[in-house]
Amino acid sequence: MKTTELPRWASGFVLPLLNLLSALLVAALVIHLLGESPVESLQILVNSAVLNPEGLSYTLFYASTFVFTGLAVSIAMKAGLFNIGAEGQMYLGGLGLTLAMLSFDATLSPWLLIPLAIIASAAFGAGWAFLPGYLQAKRGSHVVVTTIMFNFIAAGLMNFIIVKYLIPEGDQNPASRTFSEAAMMPQLVQWFPSLGDTPLNISFILALIALAIYGVVVSRSSWGYKLQATGLNAHAAHYAGVRISRTIIVAMLISGALAGLAAVNSILGSTHYLSLNFPAGAGFIGIAIALMGRQNPIGILLSAMLFGALIQGGFDLSLEKPNIPQETIVFIQGLIILFCGAMENMYGPAVLKLINARRTNKG
Amino acid sequence: MEDFQFASIVVSTIRNAPVLIFAAMAGLFAERSGVVDIGLEGKILASAFVSAGVAYAYQDPWLGIAAGILASMALALVQAFVSITQKGNQLVAGIAINIAMSGLTFVVAQYFFQQGGRTPDLGDARLGDIVLPGTDLVADIPGLGWFYGHVIGGHSVLVYLAFLLLPVVHWTLYHTRFGLRLRACGENPHAADAAGISVQRTRYTAMIIAGVLCSFSGAYLSIVQSGFFLRDMSAGAGYLALTALVFGNWRPLYTVLGCVMFGFFSAVQIQIEGVDLPVVGRIPGSLIQMIPYVVTVIVLAGLMAKSVAPKALGKPFVKSR
Repeated sequence: MKTTELPRWASGFVLPLLNLLSALLVAALVIHLLGESPVESLQILVNSAVLNPEGLSYTLFYASTFVFTGLAVSIAMKAGLFNIGAEGQMYLGGLGLTLAMLSFDATLSPWLLIPLAIIASAAFGAGWAFLPGYLQAKRGSHVVVTTIMFNFIAAGLMNFIIVKYLIPEGDQNPASRTFSEAAMMPQLVQWFPSLGDTPLNISFILALIALAIYGVVVSRSSWGYKLQATGLNAHAAHYAGVRISRTIIVAMLISGALAGLAAVNSILGSTHYLSLNFPAGAGFIGIAIALMGRQNPIGILLSAMLFGALIQGGFDLSLEKPNIPQETIVFIQGLIILFCGAMENMYGPAVLKLINARRTNKG
Repeated sequence: MEDFQFASIVVSTIRNAPVLIFAAMAGLFAERSGVVDIGLEGKILASAFVSAGVAYAYQDPWLGIAAGILASMALALVQAFVSITQKGNQLVAGIAINIAMSGLTFVVAQYFFQQGGRTPDLGDARLGDIVLPGTDLVADIPGLGWFYGHVIGGHSVLVYLAFLLLPVVHWTLYHTRFGLRLRACGENPHAADAAGISVQRTRYTAMIIAGVLCSFSGAYLSIVQSGFFLRDMSAGAGYLALTALVFGNWRPLYTVLGCVMFGFFSAVQIQIEGVDLPVVGRIPGSLIQMIPYVVTVIVLAGLMAKSVAPKALGKPFVKSR
């Protein structure tokens, strides 16, 4: 029997892997042209990001942020919305968290502070995503364009707020004051001493919980059904009784909240203050993760860890190989988005042919 | 003093606009043919770097511009291949190109010049300003001297090219056979296909034109405005051009007006920074920077005017059988 559709193992596993390999192959070619050995570079990368326990722990620290931005982009994608604004939503999430910490970090205990930080960052992130969602649902303004606008508006607004209101008196550095000890995320090194002195904290566990909730809600709940129906065919979903505009707005609110939550790990897990442009592209990495992980919770986790490893390994690589600066990772990130996102089905026909050929041989 | 400020705002508006005009006209061709072009930013950045690098290496701005055209066109072709042949996601392709170029230009600049992702100053390889004949004669006449020497004259060739683009694009789009076909492919590719037009070829042509036009935007940034390449020097110009396109309803005249308006805002921003204004006091530049985006969101929300995109925008064309 000839099939015209790829089996799940092929479309969910083989194709992304082939695409990833293609992206890495192009990256290897560029590294070769820069006069460095791709194989040696890969060894350094794997050694520093995976094999070394401290490096692995940094990898997981970065991955905790990326899981949240990846989930943010994914849940919007499930509703057929391309949320490019995770960067801005995370930035605003950081503002919410900071305002909460600046007001309460001297008075409340950690048991109250951290939930407060989580709620505040999610609320601000969701708030920043509300208008693009509302405009898409009610006025038909394309969410891609509005979220791009909102990223730039967020950058200007945050610059204004940080410089004008949050810099402590007498300081020049554009950042808020450092929060008190009570507002630190508990670090995992307390329970796993072999991880070394790294910022890996309970955000990683929160990220795993978020992934599980996402998986259950999207594929096992009636709301998830409505969400996916809206994304696959809004007309059919509307005919089946789904309230499209409501689903779109709620999906964007959740997406923004998840992006906002990414700020908890990057601020409370590491720096403990709000600084200018702290998301540093994590929102855009979320796009790569959602595309590469095909919006599947396990796929998102694996892609987030891959990007965490690339960031962590990239640091060490740039130290050892001056011709491969940290920015090479940004380039590779673009390649991965190109191959895994835009050309995701490039190898589809070839793989299909292969499967059909094997089946005819057997039959 | 008041007049001097006004004068320099006018002049820097004229100098800010071309970056946006070239990119927005590039986007106009791509998007009227039905291909979303979020990748303007990446193409600007790539051509800015290649133009500056080649212009420096050969001490020839024109060679730099030519090399920039090739770089930007190559990226446009990648985008076209993904969007048209592979029928992939056009938004994703554009974003991928933007991110990849942000990284790659730095890496290559660092490899060749070792100056932290910057090219050396171009010096004589910079494109100079044109001094119109008779500028000296009228220079002493108040008003006219300034107007002739700094508003009409005294710009680089690329500035004139940018403003000349408006009538050319308008004519191409509305008064040529190619323009009609282009718009047909963007509005209803199936009808265009039925009428015997090759949608694929039209869209590929549009993307090549977009690549060429976009390269001027990058070349203008590096070899006219600043005289060197700096990492991420496009600083959102590609997105701003896209904003102007949305703001201008995908029409040449309104889009160019949008570009000039955004150029005006950034001129005002530089002038107003740190100046105490009556009534409102100091307005921080970061807030003025937001204005173009806020205005566009308002337009998109349909509160000022309705912005209507080409109907088939972003949809890959699958030939029906």
